[in-house]
Amino acid sequence: MNQILNLISIQYKEFFRVPGILFWTLLFPVLMASGLGVAFTGQSEQIQHVALISTPDSSNAALDAFLEGAQPEELQAGTALGKAVEHPDLGKTQYYFHPTDWQGAERMMKRGEVALVLKAGESLQYHFDPANPEAQLTYLQLQALIIAPNRQYALGTIRPMTRVGTRYVDFLIPGLLAMGIMMSCMWGISYSLIDKRSKKLLRRMVATPMSKRGFLFSHFVSRLSLSIIEASLLVGFSHFIFDIQIQGDVLALIGLFISGNMAFTGIAVFVSSKTDNPQIGNGLINAVVMPMMVMSGIFFSYHNFPDVMVSIIQGLPLTMLADGIRGVFIEGAGFETTGLPSLILASIGVVFFFLGEKIYKWY
Amino acid sequence: MNSTSTPIIEVHQVHKSFKDVHAVQGVDLAIQKGEYVALLGPNGAGKTTLVEMIEGIQQPDAGDIKVKGLNWKQHQDQLHRVIGLSLQETRFIDKLSVRETLHLFSSFYKLPKSRVREVLELVRLKEKAKAFVVNLSGGQRQRLALGISLLNQPEVLLLDEPTTGLDPTARRELWEILAHLKTAYQTTMILTTHYMEEADYLCDRIVILDQGKVLAKGTLQKLLSENNLGEVIDFGLNAPGNHLEIPPLGDHEKILWKEDGMSAHLLVNDIVTYLPELLESVKRQGYHFTSLECRKMTLDDLFISMTGRRLGQ
Repeated sequence: MNQILNLISIQYKEFFRVPGILFWTLLFPVLMASGLGVAFTGQSEQIQHVALISTPDSSNAALDAFLEGAQPEELQAGTALGKAVEHPDLGKTQYYFHPTDWQGAERMMKRGEVALVLKAGESLQYHFDPANPEAQLTYLQLQALIIAPNRQYALGTIRPMTRVGTRYVDFLIPGLLAMGIMMSCMWGISYSLIDKRSKKLLRRMVATPMSKRGFLFSHFVSRLSLSIIEASLLVGFSHFIFDIQIQGDVLALIGLFISGNMAFTGIAVFVSSKTDNPQIGNGLINAVVMPMMVMSGIFFSYHNFPDVMVSIIQGLPLTMLADGIRGVFIEGAGFETTGLPSLILASIGVVFFFLGEKIYKWY
Repeated sequence: MNSTSTPIIEVHQVHKSFKDVHAVQGVDLAIQKGEYVALLGPNGAGKTTLVEMIEGIQQPDAGDIKVKGLNWKQHQDQLHRVIGLSLQETRFIDKLSVRETLHLFSSFYKLPKSRVREVLELVRLKEKAKAFVVNLSGGQRQRLALGISLLNQPEVLLLDEPTTGLDPTARRELWEILAHLKTAYQTTMILTTHYMEEADYLCDRIVILDQGKVLAKGTLQKLLSENNLGEVIDFGLNAPGNHLEIPPLGDHEKILWKEDGMSAHLLVNDIVTYLPELLESVKRQGYHFTSLECRKMTLDDLFISMTGRRLGQ
């Protein structure tokens, strides 16, 4: 027991004695949450740039009417006509029309300065890539504003959803919590073990009566406790800044949290079981975390993927963990919802831990 | 030392191969309790592989290894407690102090805290007990590695190149500690090195390894006298010496020309007899010396005489 406590304590010491690790592990997730939360939550000004091809012979009455009062403004890309449109619910949208010829418009498109080219004439022409959602949105907005300036929202009313649980930040924070557990285990355990192997420290340690399983298990305990600190900071911060609350069963959340740590500790031990080269280790860890970060619905919903992919994504440990935590946070879920994913995550952890231990290269 | 008692370390016909390299080829070794033995040889001679097999880190492909009559397959736990070891280039955790590192390893043996204090004294690191490993000098790190290997008061100490890369002062400090262990605790030690003076200073016996085989073993005196090559003449000539005729050499005497063809290493029984004849012969054939050095033979010379290469190569 004494050796396990000693092994845990050296990991704390390694952790707390390197300020860089403290920053990236504890503060960075909070900073990321605040940055993304503010960016997607505040009703900030939308800016749309449009290339405008217009000659005195090709004027369009509706467009001229829309641009009436637009002021020329000096921007980095040159002089543009600025036109602001205010909406009580959607906020302010600032349009910049860059007068140019066809060649100039093409150049601006290629550089990503504009997503849409508007060519004036008897009939207006909108040139854009239909696969670009931003360009589509600009087209629809301009179409509505120019053709029917007074009727654009007459067919319905907008009711902004600002209730806690329905905002983007409510979706984001549980995802960040899940991602924090994955990152903490994968980098904190896998990389640290590979590093110890590359320094021949593992080899030296197992040339003593040290318990190998105890050594690997100590990483689970230390990472779990560090994850608790990291998660508490993130949840506390989100509560005070974004008024995020845990609406479901806290015990179910704790269970899920421990299972998530088990799953990723097991995977981390497995990933670190063979290589003694930190660069290969880097690649292996990224090969595990990157696909899950992209697909598991941390920042955006995975329901935008094709249906066949969605069922696969839902089987990923990070998806199970993020969906589970999200369920407790914003849907008020309890054990009846989190029980199965918790069990599966814990089982994944146990299986990978023992597989990793079995093939572990100590020397 | 009683040479007829059962050896504490027995290595019998041990072989080990890696892919296409036959690293250890049928090595036999018997080491008595309290004996200090040096495994001497150039890089790639098989020293580390042999020691790691005795340490249980590697398994031999064939042959037997016993320490105190115990083998690694059946007595792993007991052997961990009998053996203390220091590997080549172990890097301990940078941000742990010397004392914390020793505490960690002592917890694996379930030792009391007082043992850490004793070891700090033994390896002369008491003053550095609170220093982080990252701030230690090379010599201090090697003393820490030695301290870790001494925590369990091992009967057998296996040190793999403990002084490689150290300056002469640091090397001398480590030698003094090891010499003290021999007299104070009758520890048995195998030390791998490619420093002949280290083997000469510390060890009772020397085993010379090359390409996985034992070339020679015994005390330094025995090795030198067995080869019957007591003295060395190193010389350089003003021109390539391929046509130089030297005075006749005895059975065990030999000349080894260096790659430049203008300098040579001459192993003879008796310089006093041979040198005047050599001087005369060189002068008669129109050569003259650019350098000339006469000295007693060392382990390095012995190695050169056996393999044609230097130990450090």
